[in-house]
Amino acid sequence: MSPRILGLRRYQFIFLIPVIAFAILATVFGVGLYLRPDVIPSPLIDKEAPAFALKPIPGRTDSGLSNDDLKGQGVTVVNVFASWCLPCRAEHPFLMQLAKSGVRVVGINYKDKPEDVAPWLAELGNPFSKIGRDDTGRVAIDWGVYGVPESFVVDNEGRIRFKQVGPIMEHDLQKTILPLIRGLQK
Amino acid sequence: MIAEIGHYALVLALILAIAQSVLPLIGAARGSAPLMAVAPSAALGQFAFIALAFALLAQAYVVSDFTVANVVQNSHSAKPLLYKITGVWSNHEGSMVLWVLILALFGALVALRGGNLPPSLQARVLAIQGMIGAAFLAFILFTSNPFLRVFPPPADGNGMNPVLQDPGLAFHPPFLYLGYVGFSVAFAFAIAALIEGRVDAAWARWVRPWTLAAWCALTVGIALGSWWAYYELGWGGFWFWDPVENASLLPWLAGTALLHSAIVVEKRDALKSWTVLLAILAFVMSLIGTFLVRSGVLTSVHSFASDPARGLFILGILIITAGGALALYALRAPTLKAGGLFAPISREGALVLNNLLLATACATVFLGTLYPLFLDALNGPKVSVGAPYFNATFLPLMTPALLVMVIAPLMAWKRADLAGALGRLKLAFAAALIIAGIAFAMKGGPVLALAGLAVAAWLVVGAFVDIAERIKLFRASPGDSLRRLGGLPRSALGTAIAHGALGIVVAGITASGAWRAEHVAVMQPGETAEIAGYRITLDRVGEYDGPNYRARRAILTARDGGKVIATLTPEKRFFTVQQTTTTEAAIHTTWFADLYAVLGDPATPQAGSESADGGWVIRLYHNPLVPWIWVGAVLMALGGVVSLTDRRHRVGAPTRSGQKAKGAVTA
Repeated sequence: MSPRILGLRRYQFIFLIPVIAFAILATVFGVGLYLRPDVIPSPLIDKEAPAFALKPIPGRTDSGLSNDDLKGQGVTVVNVFASWCLPCRAEHPFLMQLAKSGVRVVGINYKDKPEDVAPWLAELGNPFSKIGRDDTGRVAIDWGVYGVPESFVVDNEGRIRFKQVGPIMEHDLQKTILPLIRGLQK
Repeated sequence: MIAEIGHYALVLALILAIAQSVLPLIGAARGSAPLMAVAPSAALGQFAFIALAFALLAQAYVVSDFTVANVVQNSHSAKPLLYKITGVWSNHEGSMVLWVLILALFGALVALRGGNLPPSLQARVLAIQGMIGAAFLAFILFTSNPFLRVFPPPADGNGMNPVLQDPGLAFHPPFLYLGYVGFSVAFAFAIAALIEGRVDAAWARWVRPWTLAAWCALTVGIALGSWWAYYELGWGGFWFWDPVENASLLPWLAGTALLHSAIVVEKRDALKSWTVLLAILAFVMSLIGTFLVRSGVLTSVHSFASDPARGLFILGILIITAGGALALYALRAPTLKAGGLFAPISREGALVLNNLLLATACATVFLGTLYPLFLDALNGPKVSVGAPYFNATFLPLMTPALLVMVIAPLMAWKRADLAGALGRLKLAFAAALIIAGIAFAMKGGPVLALAGLAVAAWLVVGAFVDIAERIKLFRASPGDSLRRLGGLPRSALGTAIAHGALGIVVAGITASGAWRAEHVAVMQPGETAEIAGYRITLDRVGEYDGPNYRARRAILTARDGGKVIATLTPEKRFFTVQQTTTTEAAIHTTWFADLYAVLGDPATPQAGSESADGGWVIRLYHNPLVPWIWVGAVLMALGGVVSLTDRRHRVGAPTRSGQKAKGAVTA
C-alpha cells in the first residue's frame, strides 16, 4: 500500500505539509522580530485635539487648560500625570529638561487630590506652564488615555502628532520626541 | 575566579555537546562501537560541567557577588536567601542555564537508563540531544553569558522583580522546563527512528516513559503557574489565555496526544508516522514557546527583556531544529511501514478520535495565539485575541474529548462493544444527572455550567467504575478486591487516576467560572461588606516593614452568620529598591470555595468632601471550587507517575512485554 521507495510519482505530498507550514511560520516569526507589538497606534494621530475645558487646580493661579490653549502657541507637549503615579516621578526630570530647552509643556492632572499636587511640584520642579484638573478622568477618556503617564505632542495648529504611552525616558526624548518637535518647529 | 570557572565549564560542556552530536552519528552509520560509545560518556560529562556552572552561578547569588553583572541586575544583598537562590532563574541568562541543565539531565538519564536500547538507537538519540544542547550552549555563550563581570563592582544590586519574589517561583519554572525540555527526548527518539527508518512497538515503549515524565512535570508546571497568577497577580482569575500561558498549553496538548497515540503504536503497530510527527511537534511547540517568550514578538505579562539579537539566534535554532526535523519527516515518513487498518468502534478508534480532537484544539490555540502576529506581519491592524475566542473554540472541542475519554478505557482493542461499555457506565451516567440536578436545585443555572458539572461527575465516576470493574469491587470479597487492585497494571490505575482527576479540574473550572461572586467596596475601618453570604469586616489598616519592602496591610474578619471563620490580611507591598508595588491577595480556602480579598488604593474622597480620608478600596471574591483546579492537576500528574511505575517501563521488563506486544499485532 504505502510506498517504500522515495520516488516522486509515488510520493505522498501530505508528508510535506508540516515542513511547508513551518516555513511560513518561520517567515512570520522572522518578520515579527522587527515589529513592535507594544506600540499601539492612536487613532487621534494627525487629528485635532478633542475639545475640552478643565478647571485649574484649586490654589493655583493659572486659568486651567482647554483645547484653545493648544492652538497658535507653538508646539506643545501635553502630559497626563498624577502625584500618586510612580512612573510619572521617573519621567519628571525629562519633562523638566523639555521645559528648560524651551518646549511648552502643559499638564492634565489625572484623578488626583488637589492638595497633593503642589507639594509634588515643589519637590520635583514644575515643568508645566498650565495645568488642568481632570478629577473624574473624563477628558483623559476623550484623549484615549489608558493610564498615567501618557504624553502627546501637539503642533501649532492644535493637531496631535505623536502619542507616548508610559513614561518618557532618555532614549524616547532623544530619539523620538525632540527630533519630532524640532521638525515641527521649523 | 569562580565566575571564570563557571564560564569555562560552559565552554567545555559545549565542546562535549559537539562531540556528542557528531561522533555517535558517524559511529551508528558505520557500525563502529567505540564511536557510538562516545555518546553516553559525553552526555554524562556535559551534564557534570553544566551542573558545575549552575552551582557556581547559584553560589555567586547566595554570597551576593556583585562583580558578576547578572547578580547585580537581579539580586540584592537584603533579599531573603530563598529568593537569592530562585533569583538564579528569575532572569533570561540564568533561566537559560537552568534550561540546558535540565536538557543535560535528560541526556545523562538516557545515557544511564538506556542500556536496554539497541546501541545504534541510543547513540543516535544522544547525538540529537547533543545537537540541541550544543545549540543552546552556544546561545548562552554568545548572547546571554551569565558570568560577565562588572568593574567597578557596585555596592549593591538592583534587586529582583518583586512580583517574582514569591515561593511559587522556586517551583514553577523548574517544573515547566522539566516538561518543555523533557519532550526533547521524545523528539530525539523520533529523529533517530526516522534516520533508522523503523518505528515499532518497542520504539513506542521506549518513548512512552520519557513522554510521560515530561507530561507530568509540565502538568505540575502549568498548574503552579496558574496558581501563582491566581494568588499573586490579585485579579482573582487563574487562566488568562495570555500568549505565554498558551505557549505552555500547546506542548501540553501535543504531548497529551502523543501519550495516547504512542499506546496505539505499542499495542496495534499503527499510527506510526502520526506519532512520530506528534513527538516532533511537542518539542517544536516547546521551542516556539521559548522563542515567543524571549524574543518579544508578542506582548505578554511574562516577557523577558527582549533583545532582537537573542530572538534571531533562537529563531535560527528553531529553524534548524524544527525545519530540519520536519524536512527529514517529509523525506522519511512515507517509508515507514503502515500497520493494519482498524475498526472505528475499538479502543484504538477512540484514541484516534482523542488525537484528532486534541490536535485540533492545539491548532486552535496556536492560531489564536499567533493571529495578532500574523496580522501585524501582513501590515494589518493591531489586534489582541482574548478569552471569548478561546472559550468559543477550545471548549466545544474539548467537550467530546471529555465524553469519550471515559468510554475508551472500557473498550477492547480491535473490535469493541460500544453498547456494552456504555451499559457498564450506567452509574457514571446517573451520577452526572444527579450532580446536574443538585447544582440546578442550588444555583438554578446557567445550563452550560450544569453540563460542565455533569461532565465532571461523568469523568470521576467513570474512572472509578473502570477500576471497580477490574477489581470486582462488591462482587468479590474485600480482600480479593484489594489483591486484585495490587495486581492491576499500574498503567490502568494511572489512567483512571489521571482521567478522574481531570474531572476534578473540570468541576473547578466550571464552578469558579459560572458562580464566582465579586464585590468591590470602599470601606472605612469598622465597616462590613457582604459576599456570598459571608460578612467581611474591615478591622484596621496598618503599615509594617518587611525585609526589603514596606507593606500596607488590611485586617479583615470574615464571619459566617455570627461565627468568625477567618482573618484575611491582604497586603500591598512597596519594594524600595525597584520602586514598585505588588499585591498580596489574602485567600481563605475551604473544601468548596476560596474567599479572596485584595487591598486596593486609598479611595479618593468624594468631590467636594472635606475629609482627606476616603476609606480603602477592598475587592472581595468568592470563587467556588477553585482549589479543585490545582488539586486535580496535581492528581493528574500523580496518575502519570503511577503509570510510569508500570512494569513494562522498568528495566528488564521490555523483553517480556515485547513478546506480548508482538502477539497483539495483526497479520
